[in-house]
Amino acid sequence: MAQTTTLGAITQPAHPVRSRTWLAVASLWWRELVRFYRQRSRVIGVILSPLVFWLVIGSGFGTSFRSGSAAGGQHYLEYFYPGALIMIVLFTSIFTMMSVIEDRKEGFLLSVLVAPISRSAIVLAKVLGGTTLSAIQGLIFLVFAPAVGAHIGGAQFGLIVLITALVSFCLTSLGFAVAWKMESAQGFHAVVNLFLIPLWLLSGALFPITGASGWIRALMLANPLTYGVEALRAALFPAMASPRFPLGSSIAVLAVFSAVVFAVAFLLANRRSTKPAA
Amino acid sequence: MPLPDVESVPASQDVRAESPVIRIERLGHRYDQRQALDDVSFDVRPAEIFGLLGPNGSGKTTLFRILSTLMLATEGRATIMGHDAAREPNQVRREIGVVFQAASVDAKLTAAENLRHQGHLYGLSGRTLKRRIAEMLGRVGLADRARDRVETLSGGQQRRVELAKGLMHHPAVLLLDEPSTGLDPGARRDLWLYLKMLRDEERVTVVVTTHLMEEAEHCDRLAILNEGKLVALGTPAELKREIGGEVIVMEAREPQSLARRIAERFGGPCNVIDGKVRLEREHGHRFVTDVVEAFPGEIDSISVSKPTLEDVFIDRTGHRFWTGPESGTP
Repeated sequence: MAQTTTLGAITQPAHPVRSRTWLAVASLWWRELVRFYRQRSRVIGVILSPLVFWLVIGSGFGTSFRSGSAAGGQHYLEYFYPGALIMIVLFTSIFTMMSVIEDRKEGFLLSVLVAPISRSAIVLAKVLGGTTLSAIQGLIFLVFAPAVGAHIGGAQFGLIVLITALVSFCLTSLGFAVAWKMESAQGFHAVVNLFLIPLWLLSGALFPITGASGWIRALMLANPLTYGVEALRAALFPAMASPRFPLGSSIAVLAVFSAVVFAVAFLLANRRSTKPAA
Repeated sequence: MPLPDVESVPASQDVRAESPVIRIERLGHRYDQRQALDDVSFDVRPAEIFGLLGPNGSGKTTLFRILSTLMLATEGRATIMGHDAAREPNQVRREIGVVFQAASVDAKLTAAENLRHQGHLYGLSGRTLKRRIAEMLGRVGLADRARDRVETLSGGQQRRVELAKGLMHHPAVLLLDEPSTGLDPGARRDLWLYLKMLRDEERVTVVVTTHLMEEAEHCDRLAILNEGKLVALGTPAELKREIGGEVIVMEAREPQSLARRIAERFGGPCNVIDGKVRLEREHGHRFVTDVVEAFPGEIDSISVSKPTLEDVFIDRTGHRFWTGPESGTP
């Protein structure tokens, strides 16, 4: 390579290729967002689905459960609100990771896999991309907070953003881990459907953990979403009497869960094998 | 079999003094049941266009995956620029540019955006990156389409973006998997002109997998693979020369018996391939008159031709390029 003959337009000196992990992460993350907003149907879906969701839930539950007070003297709609936000985040987080399968199919993933960057950069960029999108969608849902009597101040908003982002990150990592080995979107759907609804039902979104018994209670305690819902409830209604878990510990548990699921996603993606990568 | 070792690269460059760019040593690969690559060894020299020729299922895609660090080989070793593809993937990745058979460009992004992301993955940024994007787009003739989304470009233009993407970091080695898939003859010619320019002006070593004989003819040297084994290695000219003389093909009503009797009478191997009697002879034109006179009325047609790469393949494997027992399996 020492004797580079230069002819015509070719005057580039040879340069050593450096790996800049954060540049790669930022670039791949940005690509996720650009791809998202260039697909109009996805943008419409993200903005409209929380609105439609609340319209249906709000008008339905509003009349059916007006008198019922499910937990700690709250109206059910009030009780349900954090769980509804988590549900939106849950669906969006998991399903944005279908893009892993798309990237594999379209060949884009291959060109990333042969680049001299750490696999953790690839996983982190994909997961952060999904996290950003689903957190935005979750936060759009906050416009209905006043309807359930939650008035959000600045610090409170910061806290809610943090919780929503953590939940999104955890779930997006989970989606990545599932999507990585999948060959088709159908396969992904099949696997995801197995745990998506149970995950949500057993998160305290519908019924409180205090009323649950035995093994259901154990499952709820092992479910990261439980801590997301609880933390969100505590952040939205700070005046509410004694949250079941202190806000700080809920957030800590969420962070630990996120780290563990991300590590699993990374380990899966980092494995090199004697099977074709795509 | 003895593998020829004859000079093949442009004469102006003394390449034999340099160590090989790619070294394949007793490389083998086994998918669950199937031996896809079997004890393959060869070197690729600096600044040559090296072809991996073989029908589907011959192992060339497997070899490509191993070289591009996408898959670990189950046996043997592949080294690129002195780095082991299995143990030092990141060092290898810095040296190679890869153009896949399937598109890897993001259709939702513009041509320039695709190159920008690619540059970021290789640590390029700022002014250097901007200059490189402009330069690469100019070189593949797409400067005026920089801001167009890839999905709006024609198939040939998309392949050019693909090529520009693989070359963004000025790799020492360019690996291309079936590069002319989906290209019309004009675009195919352009591609080869460009690859030759890269070889001559920037001393890039180019490795191309192909199943097309006419494409293999462009390569400086070829490795011909069949059922995972290396069956021939050398320049196209040298491989064809080894056939010795001309290839004679005869159509006859009873090819098997004719072939047997020709072999008895004239000596040397005489095969039936695809229902036609086929043999290789020096001074083929003289042989034609002899054989026609020897078996009057039995030969319906006879042809004499200079050996092609397909003849090399038949000579080495005993079957035609497209009718191998493995055809149809990936």
